[in-house]
Amino acid sequence: MASTSALLDNRRRLAAIVWRRPWLRTAALLVPPVGWMLLLYVAALAALFVYAFWGIDVFTTKVVHTWNLDNFREIFESGAFRGVIWRTIWIAAAVTATCAVIAFPFAYFMARVATPRVRMVLFILVLLPLWSSYLVRVYAWKVILAQDGVLNWSLEKIGLPAANIGYSNTAMWLVFTYIWLPFMILPVYAALERIPHSYIEASRDLGGRGLTTLRRVILPLALPGVVAGSIFTFSLTLGDYITPTLVGGAGSTFIGNVVYSTGLGSAGNLPFAAAFASIPLVVMGIYLVLAKRSGAFEAL
Amino acid sequence: MRKVRVRHAFVAAVAVALCVPTAGVGKADGISSITKVGQTEGALSMIGWEGYAQDQWVKPFVQKTGCKVNRKYAGSSDEMVTLMRSGGGGQYDLVSASGDASLRLIYGGDVATVDPKLVPDYKNFFKTFQSPPNNTIDGQHYGISLQWGPNTLLYNTKKVSPAPTSWGAIYDPKYKGKVTVPNNPIQIADAALYLSKTNKKLGITDPYELTKPQFDAAIALLKKQRPLVKKYWGLASDEIALFKNGDATIGASWPYQTNTLQAAKVPVKDLIPKEGATGWLDTWMVSKKAKHPNCAVEWIKWVSTPTVQAQQALYFGETPVNRLACKTMDKLAKGSCAQYHANAPESYYRSIKFWKTPVADCGNGRKDCMDYSKWVTAWTQVIS
Repeated sequence: MASTSALLDNRRRLAAIVWRRPWLRTAALLVPPVGWMLLLYVAALAALFVYAFWGIDVFTTKVVHTWNLDNFREIFESGAFRGVIWRTIWIAAAVTATCAVIAFPFAYFMARVATPRVRMVLFILVLLPLWSSYLVRVYAWKVILAQDGVLNWSLEKIGLPAANIGYSNTAMWLVFTYIWLPFMILPVYAALERIPHSYIEASRDLGGRGLTTLRRVILPLALPGVVAGSIFTFSLTLGDYITPTLVGGAGSTFIGNVVYSTGLGSAGNLPFAAAFASIPLVVMGIYLVLAKRSGAFEAL
Repeated sequence: MRKVRVRHAFVAAVAVALCVPTAGVGKADGISSITKVGQTEGALSMIGWEGYAQDQWVKPFVQKTGCKVNRKYAGSSDEMVTLMRSGGGGQYDLVSASGDASLRLIYGGDVATVDPKLVPDYKNFFKTFQSPPNNTIDGQHYGISLQWGPNTLLYNTKKVSPAPTSWGAIYDPKYKGKVTVPNNPIQIADAALYLSKTNKKLGITDPYELTKPQFDAAIALLKKQRPLVKKYWGLASDEIALFKNGDATIGASWPYQTNTLQAAKVPVKDLIPKEGATGWLDTWMVSKKAKHPNCAVEWIKWVSTPTVQAQQALYFGETPVNRLACKTMDKLAKGSCAQYHANAPESYYRSIKFWKTPVADCGNGRKDCMDYSKWVTAWTQVIS
């Protein structure tokens, strides 16, 4: 009994201390999430950056802890590696643009035209592919686009020449667009749904026709949603290496493939892989700063 | 109630504390050489090429020795080296290292020496494979040879005519977009072998010992080849899919793919072109930090026996190192012994340019050969 009252005393004293110093309470609340974040997220990134400035012993492939910029010099002096970076960014941008163009009318229909029942069906259709494995869906495309695959078979049946797009950058663009489309539709839908109907009525009252209303009212208000979606599609494409491995061809190496082949596959050159891996990080950083300026994070 | 719980927790904690040391006991410095084989440990984990641990010969092994086999298939020599070192080594007991990986494992201090006397069938091996330079250094055997095979030219007989006779076919613009070659830096040696026969001015004598100008010529040839390539294949199954679906009609291959494709009624054939061929020789190597070294040696003994040698040779389409396997091969598939050159004279084996890790010191006294890291960098840039 005595110990219980002592415990209660302690508890009361602690409450009093925290009440008197509000910053202490804030600190106690913040330590677990911030610590978690630092430990799991920042620590890994920091290790990556540190590794990027090391090198390896070429024969035994063991890491040598001497600081230098050789990895970065090697990346930027090589035309092939610059080509890989450029290709990755370019295809990620193309995929993002394509997703936006397809997603906007779709999301618009869902948010403003469809009845609740149709909207629900569309929602399920958008989310349905996400229920199955990413790998299986990419593999399915590999089979569709192969030389003797479903696509060419269908084209032949209707008398068209075979499309020779299996194992190429075109194939990658197509597959990426298919895979990341839901990640664009959902934020655009959310943004469109939030536009009050009164805004559109006001536009009409002021003599704005359909196209003018779309251009001057709906599009600017939906833009943060598009930018939010583009963060997903752009970053997911930028970091992917499985789709290029499966449906890409001889000139389809992505940043992720170089990281994989130099880090794990070839030579086990982790420092070089780390240096290469920090490039999409920088690209994404720039992209996020630009996205923040457009107010995209309010629509997330 | 509360007291009981505390006591339970205490008992559990003590139990855990007692268990940890017994589980953690191990030799800190690892095994440097294996000279005798003792009681088997009941388990064995290995890294092998796709198909190297088939149930056909794994099941009888488990029955015989009680070593439960845990297998992991790797797609490239580089992956094997990385896997052997992952987690500080010791996750895997054995690796079927090819010649382009074995020297790296030896000089990296990852593998132990194995006394060939432990393997009764060793004396029946062809001489070439008893102490080959890719697993034996200064008379020390870092593992026991397993099987070998050539890197062949594979083509679709319906789409490619006349039948090719030279490696020149995979550098021929005629087959633009239909060529496939392995995604492996050692592939540079194939280009060098082709150049050694077609461009004598370069003076290439060994495709793994290339000076800067010779190396640059090989890389230039490979860069010219890239626009012709449909895909650089990673796993054998990738190349099989490419030929099955008509995406590739000609390419560099192993006999395994030919066998699998022919079994699936795909019209393909393979050959060793007139320039000759590079080849691989695989060695089972034991990790210095192996947790089950006795099971590992039992496995090496088992796969060296004529029967398993023959079974594996026929399954994978490769050639045994044990000369006694010939009879069993013919029993399993008539004429297969001669087909795979399992009874050829030693001079034949010496004509194949077996994979080895390129090093700077290539015996010309100047140490100016391109080492493996240069091969990797150049290869990454060729395919990117």
